[in-house]
Amino acid sequence: MRIVVLVKQVPDMERVKFDCEAGRVDRSSAGTEINPFDLNALEAAVSIQEQLGGKIITLSMGPAAAEDALKDTIARGADESVLLSDRRFGGADVKATAKTIAAAIKKLGGADLIFAGIQTVDGDTGQVGPETAGYLDIPHISNVDFISAYSETDITVVSNVMEGSYVKKSSYPVLITVTKDINQPRLPSMKRKLSARKAHIPVWGYEELQDYIREDEIGLQGSATKVKRIEVPPAVTRKGQVWRENVEEAIDGLVEVLKKAKVLEV
Amino acid sequence: MKMTEKDCKGILVFAEQKKERIHRVSYELLGKGKELAAQLDCPLCSVVLGPPDMDVAELIYRGADIVYHITDPMAFAAPDEVLYEQNLVRLIRDVKPEICLFGATNFGRSLAPRVAAKLGAGLTADCTHLAIDQGQLVQIRPAFSENILAHIQSTAYPQMATVRYKEFNEAPRDTNRKGQIKAMEAYVSDNSPVKILEEIVKEDFDIADANVVVAAGAGVKAKEDLKMLQELAELLGGKLGASRAAVEAGLIAKDHQVGYSGNRVKPSIYIACGISGAPQHIAGMKESGIIIAINSDPSAPILNIADYAIVGNLYEIIPKMIRKLKNMKS
Repeated sequence: MRIVVLVKQVPDMERVKFDCEAGRVDRSSAGTEINPFDLNALEAAVSIQEQLGGKIITLSMGPAAAEDALKDTIARGADESVLLSDRRFGGADVKATAKTIAAAIKKLGGADLIFAGIQTVDGDTGQVGPETAGYLDIPHISNVDFISAYSETDITVVSNVMEGSYVKKSSYPVLITVTKDINQPRLPSMKRKLSARKAHIPVWGYEELQDYIREDEIGLQGSATKVKRIEVPPAVTRKGQVWRENVEEAIDGLVEVLKKAKVLEV
Repeated sequence: MKMTEKDCKGILVFAEQKKERIHRVSYELLGKGKELAAQLDCPLCSVVLGPPDMDVAELIYRGADIVYHITDPMAFAAPDEVLYEQNLVRLIRDVKPEICLFGATNFGRSLAPRVAAKLGAGLTADCTHLAIDQGQLVQIRPAFSENILAHIQSTAYPQMATVRYKEFNEAPRDTNRKGQIKAMEAYVSDNSPVKILEEIVKEDFDIADANVVVAAGAGVKAKEDLKMLQELAELLGGKLGASRAAVEAGLIAKDHQVGYSGNRVKPSIYIACGISGAPQHIAGMKESGIIIAINSDPSAPILNIADYAIVGNLYEIIPKMIRKLKNMKS
């Protein structure tokens, strides 16, 4: 049983600033963390491994500094990690990212199960997981908040799509994207933290992947979308009327507002 | 087989259906698609996958010139992304549209990336605006916690995007409109690796539909206190929403959660009760028509983005409001 977990190092979105002039996130303005949903993906993998055994490999594409995030995944239960890092991967959109990740999974010899977070908090597209499954030509099940059963050959989960909850059973290989509701990620033990610090994280660049992907399929060149410009929308101004003391007056005022908005005639 | 600009023409809107009911975002896409098609001087097409006896003329009434009806009596009764992908990719390769639009529903966001991968196309997620610039589609989406708008263009064909629900007006319904329905049998493989065993039936609740949302936050102490908020919501023809704090405290089901990781809502009136206004919550409701906040903390961030705010105790204010509204009605 081989389980691959896709992770991304993201800026702390509560603190990070946006450089409007450069049109990009100022990553130096805040610390980094593992994309929160990816911790749920890792926890799902660890809980399955506890029952079935096998190996968990975490995979991330990013700058050299993303090694820290991968070491953290080892502290949290991953057996091995691979970092995909190369200048030439830079500027990748969803297509180039998904293709590069798919190439790395092929080089790993494939996987029975692949877990990914439903989305990242910085990019917020939620597309890389399903698109990676597409490029691997394997099925995926998205928006999963419950694992009902699993065995050496298949997994049964609850997927929330089309305003419903569907129980889906898939044989392996399959890619699953998970929500925060699927589990409560555990904290790493002290012992694992210490050994993770010494872990060696192999870094794969284009050279390592070249049997599985062409150079014009990676990075900016391999992307099928381009950001033409960034617009900073003007802040919406609101009326901003505040009542502080007189509750009766406030309620009269609100009822007037509701009347004008025509929501009282129901 | 790569599609190029030259051989691609027309706009294709994916119409999502469940139990033969078409998701309203599809009508919004047809509304916007009609505008784009007029600018590009090209046909507006729609594709729907469903049983052969499904009435798909509604898509013509809503603006489609051609409706591709991919039929199977059973296969599309459940959301099987692989099956949908295989059939859509076959159609897109055949029809060669220059633009493909999907609603950014949970299903659309799951399906569109698979289709994009098979076509080698680009895909922009969660657009809030679409425009044409020099014959090319400009896909505009909020990014970075909604603080910026990115203008994105595809460099491969078809140009694909998922578009958020409730961003565009629904196409008006004209039952005199004429169009072409092209029915075709679906390709269905019987050894699909994914089996859909059952749908867990839950209460059909969609907060995004509400014209008025009365939302509970951490300031609401107990489950039974939701009753007064529910009553207020009902008096206003609205629905009960909640912040993540209220959902995590176990007061209410996740379907009601408004915010970045819950539902994005855009009602005419949003009444935030005991919600402090974390950025994650505001991202999900800041587009509301009128924002009303009731909070006892004068420094709560929600007060800064509200049109009307009462600094006070919601346990005093809400019952008084309910009484007043009831008196007015009787």
